[in-house]
Amino acid sequence: MALRTEPIVVNMGPQHPATHGVFRMRVTLDGEVITDLEPVMGYLHRGVEKLAEARTYTQFIPLTDRMDYLSSMSNNLAYVLAVEKLAGVEAPPRAQYLRVIMAEMMRISNHLMAVGTFLDDMGAFHTPLLYMFREREKLLDLFEMVCGQRLTYNYMRIGGLSHDIPPEFLPALKKFVRDMPGFVDEYDQLIRENEIVLARTRGVGVLPRALAINASASGPVLRGSGVKWDLRKTDPYLVYDKLEFDVPTGAVGDIYDRYRVRIEEMRQSVRILEQAIERLPPGEVRSDVPHLVHPPRGEVYGHIEAPKGELGFYLVSDTGIAPYRCHIRPPSLINLTALRDMVLGMKIADAIITLGSIDIVLGEVDR
Amino acid sequence: MDWLRWIIFVVIILAFALSFVMAFILLERRIVGKFQLRPGPNRVGPMGMLQPVADAVKILLKEDITPAKGDRWVHRLAPIVAFAPALLVFAVVPFQGKGPGLGFSLDQPAALADLNVGVLYIVAVSSISVIGMIMAGWASNNKYSLLGAMRAIAQMVSYEVPLVLSIVGIVIASGSLSLNSIVEAQSIPFILLQPLGFLIYFLGATAEINRAPFDLLEAESEIVASYHTEYSGMRFAMFFLGEYAYALGVSAIVSVLFLGGYKFPFGLLPQSFIWFLAKIFLVFFLMLWVRSTLPRVRIDQMMAFAWKFLLPLSLVNLLLVAAEGVSTIGFGWAAVGINVILAIAFVVIWANRFYRVKGVTVG
Repeated sequence: MALRTEPIVVNMGPQHPATHGVFRMRVTLDGEVITDLEPVMGYLHRGVEKLAEARTYTQFIPLTDRMDYLSSMSNNLAYVLAVEKLAGVEAPPRAQYLRVIMAEMMRISNHLMAVGTFLDDMGAFHTPLLYMFREREKLLDLFEMVCGQRLTYNYMRIGGLSHDIPPEFLPALKKFVRDMPGFVDEYDQLIRENEIVLARTRGVGVLPRALAINASASGPVLRGSGVKWDLRKTDPYLVYDKLEFDVPTGAVGDIYDRYRVRIEEMRQSVRILEQAIERLPPGEVRSDVPHLVHPPRGEVYGHIEAPKGELGFYLVSDTGIAPYRCHIRPPSLINLTALRDMVLGMKIADAIITLGSIDIVLGEVDR
Repeated sequence: MDWLRWIIFVVIILAFALSFVMAFILLERRIVGKFQLRPGPNRVGPMGMLQPVADAVKILLKEDITPAKGDRWVHRLAPIVAFAPALLVFAVVPFQGKGPGLGFSLDQPAALADLNVGVLYIVAVSSISVIGMIMAGWASNNKYSLLGAMRAIAQMVSYEVPLVLSIVGIVIASGSLSLNSIVEAQSIPFILLQPLGFLIYFLGATAEINRAPFDLLEAESEIVASYHTEYSGMRFAMFFLGEYAYALGVSAIVSVLFLGGYKFPFGLLPQSFIWFLAKIFLVFFLMLWVRSTLPRVRIDQMMAFAWKFLLPLSLVNLLLVAAEGVSTIGFGWAAVGINVILAIAFVVIWANRFYRVKGVTVG
């Protein structure tokens, strides 16, 4: 007699300890093997795009902090760049370099968190995460020095920055830049050749190159699949075209490649920081832009290479003090769409670490 | 006066087990804290020493919840079934041997019962707890619990085999199944004589008690809290204490089987239960070290590890020990040299054959 079997449907989230924030995966399981996966999101929807229409251009900046709260500076940057494009203003050189410094610090901080939580998902019992926190803490101290906040910075302004950096910031940043490569090497050495990490991540959660492009993935997820696409190179903004750095790419597109890309990007970010500190010009940090911007009628799409991928703001102006329409392209959400294809036929444990390797923040996915 | 002796020993074992479990919980949190660049619990009492007490009081005051659609009786019985065997293991563990020791001497081995089939008893008793886990997983009527219980069965059944085979090597070398005789036979600690056996036993036991990197049962990032997801209050505490009691049990058994139990290495100092307790902490520290360093393996990799890696290795170990036993080499220092070299060679070769995933592709 054949035993009757049936697949079980398990809810991973929204209160599951592994999901990053309130994200839910409806997983259909055959034993331990995933036969279907349906991502359910929207638990953290706050209507940020609609709120933009009821605020002036400047008033919306703090709300961008709360989207991807692990890389608020990048959100600020993407938004103000879009508005500047719309209004036709430009930030002074010092502000441009400081923006690069902030964005790259943010990238390191974000990748530390991403790699740490990803290893945590793999069951490394918080040790790597807490090592990563040690460095992230230093970055948060630096951010606090600049703008008094550790998570939601609200530092960028249309046409520059809210204020100049304090005098103690640069020496502290230089010390960080000097120490950081050693720490990255230390982490990499602990994880890179770890037999369990290799066995768990090689060939798991593969996102093929073609699928990555078709899913319009971006950031480390896309580069892990071997596509050399980095907006800092392909569509340079700020002063990135004057700075030297490499774009690391993977070959296979598995979880391990994504992890490696993040580690390499931290090294490259340190390189960018070094150059930016060296070339930081004196001068104003904010050009003469009125508090109430009245951009000309029109629409604009501004995008940057945020730590998680391409973060874009689409703004429509009707010459009022608030955008007529604001649409956000969050990298986490777009990268997440490829999740199902990555994990079908894998084990539950693989789904968890694949989700971890995409590096999502629900504040950004749901907005 | 046998019954008096039994009562005394029951009290000793209960006090020993419970106080050590408390100590283990605190030690684990403190030591793992050190590994993770943080102080660990240090607020309750001096150096946080009252933290387990505070936890126990808190958990006793919690409501004991049974899921509405769960199987009431099985759900209530499961923690007891899972916890009791952990204490039963200590019935045959010798704390100190016969004769003069450090401070006082005994006229018979200090164990509740010096069974002549002690090893067999331990193997049998320690596999009972899996029944408790399955009961808990089934009765909770929760999918995570069920998945956890399924993993429990697979894991326990797989790791029992290499585990027992590695003990057989010990039994051959000592010529006895009684734990006391095994300790007495260790003029050279068996960890030196059978390093391969130690490795297999330690890995197998780590998996059997679900500690990292084989803690798939409690993979909270995957299946929440596994079979005890639906438990609360004292019943949860029994599972929790049970886990640590098993860790204590395994530490004790490793100390007895491989590290020479209550004997000081090479008999440099007189025997004492103090050495035994010190060895228990040593083995437990080793487990903590592994736990705070390594990520978790996947379920299929764990099964493959048991059947494809540990089982052949344990057969090789058994063959080696048996061959030495019947040949003229015997179990002296010559065997130590041979076995240490062979163990390193086997592990290196075998590990390189086993899934070695190479390649750094990012540049």
